[in-house]
Amino acid sequence: MSSNLSNPNLEQSQKGSLFLNNLKDFYRRLSRNKAALIGGYLILFLILVAIFGPLFTVHDPNEPDYAVKLAGPSAEHWFGTDHHGRDIFTRVIHGIGITMTIGVLSTILGGVVGIILGIVSGYYGGKLDTVIMRLMDILLAFPGILLALALISILGASRQNVIIAIALFAVPTFARIVRGSTLSVRNLEYIDAMKALGASDFRIIFLHILPNILSPIIVQGSIFIASAVLSASGLSFLGLGEQPPSPELGALLSDGRDFIWDAGHIAFFPGLVIMLIVLAFNVFGDGLRDALDPKMR
Amino acid sequence: MLKFIIRRLLQLIPVLLGVTIIVFSLMHLTPGNPAHIIAGENAPPETVAQIEKRLGLDEPIPVQFYHFVKDAVMLDFGNSWRTSLPVTTELWPRFWVTFELAVYSMIFSIVVGMAAGIISAVRQYSWADVTVMLVALFGLSMPNFWLGLMLMQWFSINLGWLPPTGWGSPEQIILPVITLGTSGAAVIARMTRSSMLDVISQDYIRTARAKGLKERVITYRHALKNALIPIVTVIGLQFGGLLAGAVLTESVFAINGMGKLIVDRILARDFPVVQAGILVIAVVFVFINLLVDISYKFLNKRIDMD
Repeated sequence: MSSNLSNPNLEQSQKGSLFLNNLKDFYRRLSRNKAALIGGYLILFLILVAIFGPLFTVHDPNEPDYAVKLAGPSAEHWFGTDHHGRDIFTRVIHGIGITMTIGVLSTILGGVVGIILGIVSGYYGGKLDTVIMRLMDILLAFPGILLALALISILGASRQNVIIAIALFAVPTFARIVRGSTLSVRNLEYIDAMKALGASDFRIIFLHILPNILSPIIVQGSIFIASAVLSASGLSFLGLGEQPPSPELGALLSDGRDFIWDAGHIAFFPGLVIMLIVLAFNVFGDGLRDALDPKMR
Repeated sequence: MLKFIIRRLLQLIPVLLGVTIIVFSLMHLTPGNPAHIIAGENAPPETVAQIEKRLGLDEPIPVQFYHFVKDAVMLDFGNSWRTSLPVTTELWPRFWVTFELAVYSMIFSIVVGMAAGIISAVRQYSWADVTVMLVALFGLSMPNFWLGLMLMQWFSINLGWLPPTGWGSPEQIILPVITLGTSGAAVIARMTRSSMLDVISQDYIRTARAKGLKERVITYRHALKNALIPIVTVIGLQFGGLLAGAVLTESVFAINGMGKLIVDRILARDFPVVQAGILVIAVVFVFINLLVDISYKFLNKRIDMD
């Protein structure tokens, strides 16, 4: 098969350094794509702000100061203050970390489960495949945050439950993509060769299939984080996620909604930052897809 | 074609059954006895037992599930725990509001998205293309509830042109439709552009140009028609986002649709209404996906879907 010949990693795979090689290859492609780089730097910047930002803010995110409540942006309060006189800039800086953590954790949690289900489904095929994929169809029948709403109506609103709810939504999307990629790799000759050599299924799956289907997983991961951030902040906005006084960005927007008539700035800045986070992951994911798409090599 | 439709319909049965099981278990996985929630915190045990009996909660779970499915097929979802009205009575008018909102938003997404995408593709790398793609990227990344609040602040509060809340009059429709339709428009614009670009570079378009056909005819009759399949795919995928986004949009503009109803009743722990609302949206979504599948088949006879 020509697909075998065109796989540059095939020779290295015998030396067992396929994973590392793929990673190097991945970085080389990534650095050639401008969009992916911009997105990547933006994500890095946001992570740094999330980690170190709270150390440098002058105000306390939860300290009320009723003397300056609902004040517009000024030199003292860059993004203005809210109805308790809390500094919105400080709250936004603290909120970035919370919102991003929920987005990333839910994607990892759902991604891992989805990847396992997808590989098992694609590798073993047969009845197991049918059962898993039908289950995924059922999960996919609930559009977007509806499944999260259903789950939160049972579990109650909390950060942990929001992560579980969004992860549940991630599972079928990852499972489908991973199953497809596994199917395209499963019947290649090198897998047959590994089987003939007596490698266990576990070894084949983790050392020989997973490294070869990493690209679509990474792309999907980045793009899913973007929608996970939107879902998480949306749930908080509805009052079904983070609870006050948490400065999660969606919760900040929810505060802002009540004062939209007198103090529009409260809602403006948190939303802008949510958009920036989502934009960063979208651009990164798009760029990655272009960089990693085998058709574009 | 008919065989294909019948087969897809049969495939829906396990999905619908699974969806029903999940929705049914919502109430049974909830901590606390539903009868307690209805009767109130300090109700005497006899009252609670009475309510249990009336709702059939004392029966085995499979029997309850059987009754649930039987009633749901007849569109009977019991009575609300908060208002005591039949759930269907509460749900039905709200359903149509959300339906209208979703349809208008979809039309907005398709018209704006495809127009922008075609302009972008025909004038690739022009300033118009760059602008459209930048706006699309932002549109895609914006939380729609934020966009809604900002539109409300600008057009309703600052300028006073449009009403900030409600649903019904033409003025009330504009802002929610833009809010809900923007991300879909962005996705459709991006897909239209890339699909058109794929097609435009093909030989038969060059032939059409060589024949001396007008650029308009080439764009709309030759290129667009063949670029349509991926666009339809993406439009189909947008419906899910639309139904989910309606929840947030309705909340922002205080529109009394299904989404707002579900959120309000989750907060009020009114499970029959929540169950019915979620079930109805999921079933509608499943059937929309079926329609999308059938329309691919119709658009492209080459697709063979098992």
